[in-house]
Amino acid sequence: MVAETQKNLEKVFEKQRKFCKVNEIVEKYKYQKQNLIAILQEVQGEYRYLPEEIMTYIATIMSISPASVYGVATFYSQFSLDPKGKYEVKVCDGTACHVRGSMPVYKAIKEKLKLKDGKFTTEDLQFSVETVRCLGACALAPVVVINNKVYSKVTPEAVKIILDKLLERSGEGDKAND
Amino acid sequence: MNANIMENKIEQKLIVDGKEVSFSNEKNLLEVIRKAGIEVPTFCYRPDLSTYGACRMCVVEIEGMGIQTSCTVKPQAGMKVQVNTEKTRKIRKMTVELLLASHNRDCTICAKSENCDLQDLAKKLGVRDVRFPSKEKHLPIDDKNPSIVRDPSKCILCGACVRACKEIQGTGCLSFVNRGSEATVMPAYGKGLDEVDCTYCGQCTAVCPTGALRIKSDIDRVWEQILDPKKKVVVQIAPAVRIAAGETFGLPYGENTLGLITAALRKIGFDSIFDTCFTADLTIMEEASEFIERFKKGENLPLFTSCCPAWVRFLEQRYPSFLKNLSTCKSPQQMFGSVAKKVLIEEFNLNKPADQQIKKEDIVIVSIMPCTAKKAECNKEEFKTDDTKDVDFVLTTQEMIRMINEAGVDFKHIEPEHLDSPFGIFSGAGVIFGSSGGVAEAALRTAYETITGRKIEKVAITEARGLHTVKELSIKIDEHEVKVAIVNTLSEASALLERIKNGEAHYHMVEVMACPGGCLGGAGQPPSYKDREIKERRMKGLYDADVHNPIHKSHDNPEIIRLYQKWLEKPNSHIAHELLHTHYKNRKRIFGEIINLSSVEKGAKVTDVQVCVGTNCYAKGSYGIIEALTKLIKENNLENNVNIRATFCMEHCSEGPSVVIDGELILKATLDKIEGVFKDKILSKYQK
Repeated sequence: MVAETQKNLEKVFEKQRKFCKVNEIVEKYKYQKQNLIAILQEVQGEYRYLPEEIMTYIATIMSISPASVYGVATFYSQFSLDPKGKYEVKVCDGTACHVRGSMPVYKAIKEKLKLKDGKFTTEDLQFSVETVRCLGACALAPVVVINNKVYSKVTPEAVKIILDKLLERSGEGDKAND
Repeated sequence: MNANIMENKIEQKLIVDGKEVSFSNEKNLLEVIRKAGIEVPTFCYRPDLSTYGACRMCVVEIEGMGIQTSCTVKPQAGMKVQVNTEKTRKIRKMTVELLLASHNRDCTICAKSENCDLQDLAKKLGVRDVRFPSKEKHLPIDDKNPSIVRDPSKCILCGACVRACKEIQGTGCLSFVNRGSEATVMPAYGKGLDEVDCTYCGQCTAVCPTGALRIKSDIDRVWEQILDPKKKVVVQIAPAVRIAAGETFGLPYGENTLGLITAALRKIGFDSIFDTCFTADLTIMEEASEFIERFKKGENLPLFTSCCPAWVRFLEQRYPSFLKNLSTCKSPQQMFGSVAKKVLIEEFNLNKPADQQIKKEDIVIVSIMPCTAKKAECNKEEFKTDDTKDVDFVLTTQEMIRMINEAGVDFKHIEPEHLDSPFGIFSGAGVIFGSSGGVAEAALRTAYETITGRKIEKVAITEARGLHTVKELSIKIDEHEVKVAIVNTLSEASALLERIKNGEAHYHMVEVMACPGGCLGGAGQPPSYKDREIKERRMKGLYDADVHNPIHKSHDNPEIIRLYQKWLEKPNSHIAHELLHTHYKNRKRIFGEIINLSSVEKGAKVTDVQVCVGTNCYAKGSYGIIEALTKLIKENNLENNVNIRATFCMEHCSEGPSVVIDGELILKATLDKIEGVFKDKILSKYQK
């Protein structure tokens, strides 16, 4: 019970710390419209995505319309409007990776993480999966990048092992917290 | 230096299709070509908005420069321009074909049919075949807004609405969302137009070249009432309708067609036909006396006019601290509704046997308005008496024209008819309400004569007139100097409010109309954005109607005098207040979001604290309140007992920062007070 309370408290502090950070970020960029992209990038760095209410908040304190902020956030694929997992899995689907079988790898990942069609983030927010266009490492095709670590010449079997290891580690992480 | 050079008005020449055309300060080549009498097709170019260059329809071939969009090219002396070449024709046709491929081609049943630029240009360019497979997007229609319907399947992404909302009104409710083939125009987060800070002005529908943004129609509901023999359908015609309706039927711009409109409406089957100019006169009686009172006391000045519902909503959403400046007078439309349902019904029933008496529930009030925001206005809670609306339905000028066509009335050739009495007599002051500056001018005429007791020497106050977005004037009334500002468009109003707030501008009266040029340029009118002259002619039509009217001042209107004698006593009397005045409140700008700052589990017994971080509260330091509260909660180890959230707008902006603790609203919760509030409302609960 005490441990649970403690865990809950940490979540509270985390939320407050992030919100506090949003204010710092906007202030750092002097509330200037031309800095909106940089502001959104840093805010996304905190939340791992752009929550709707935070975008409205940013628009409100910068005196621009929420529609404009939403327009910018949806224009660039670097911004995500859905929560991202602790592990961001990027499967390259550029030409070279595609012909070398990136799609079976992608399918294997989605199967392994039990992600249904139209779902890209696991419910426990541990993993999110997306396809990206050419990471510039065609010689290593097919390429998968997980939290900036590059895995080369990946096969559907290999990716399952990689994910197993990460799943184990994230499970341990949770235990350590408990 | 030559005066011409100083004004940047040197005449220069360039060549369009082999002919010399002179130009001076035209802002782009497109304007120069149009001046030469050649119509350049375009979807996205709107003279009063910024240039966007998106639709590629206005392409021309310029010697040495190749194919260029004429809207983005600055005219230069000696330029050789060709409008219709093989290449430009091919580009235009292809563009239209591509647009049609991704367009919902329900043209026969589209509300904008025959008023649609896409349809028009497809016809003019002879597009008879679309060679590409249909890429029509099936996105849901957004029709919860009381005035505007958004149908993304008909959008051609010209961005005119995005620019109109941002540049004319400063609201910016609409934006481009997503990219490339996924691009769509929509409000923030894909919300409906009813969930964002839309003022219902409808300018987006006025500039939309297709049926993607259109006026919400009430025609069928009005037909239902007309065809119901039990109902007595009373209609009021707004000032600006009379000088715009004729255009659609091929009559000259600005021609006053009140007689024809009256005859047509009677043919359609309306039972009584009255004029909103009559209640405009009534508005002036109330507003002038309200102004005199405030002016004498020096209270709540400047007085803001309250006839324009888009302006009222804008103020309610964005500048709550100025709500006290807003005249409490209802708009002429709403005054008509409340007077008709109270007074008119009794006059109708006077000396009639009991079986012929009209029951209150059988009287239906319809307005014909140049305005889309009036549709929303008549739905306001404040404008309901005993749960029924004072004005039941609002039709725009465009809808009235459609009804005339539906009824098969030959508008141009019918005999003009007179309005009904008693609400059919009006002064010229009431008519000019339809133009930017008209309300202020009408109010000044009455205020002047009421204060001085003398006749005003010059009835026409010409400084108040014209299409400029900002006009200023001062008028001497006895020893007083009355300073007046007149603005149209809400972005201009915003700028003025900022100047007043910063103490840079001082006025006694401010008139605001949201649409360019005032109601005559309203979104409910036939389109007027293509040519500035249309608005000028309409404006002239209104001021001419004032000249030709034997009465020029609202207080000289005999029917108004009779109305006060018989029913309302005097301006600002108790009964007048009850019927003719209203109140205002702060309104939320966007719906649906709360920032959760704690995560106390659901079902746990906790104190719920919400701190408003809307524009006004934020400016008054609500973020500091959150920080202070968080600190206090931490210090007292109450993190698991208090749930703290940041919300947007509790509609008490003028008394912010607002905090709600377990449903109890605490206003003016400033930083120095917050510790006390915390001890009182939160800590005390847990100290036992």
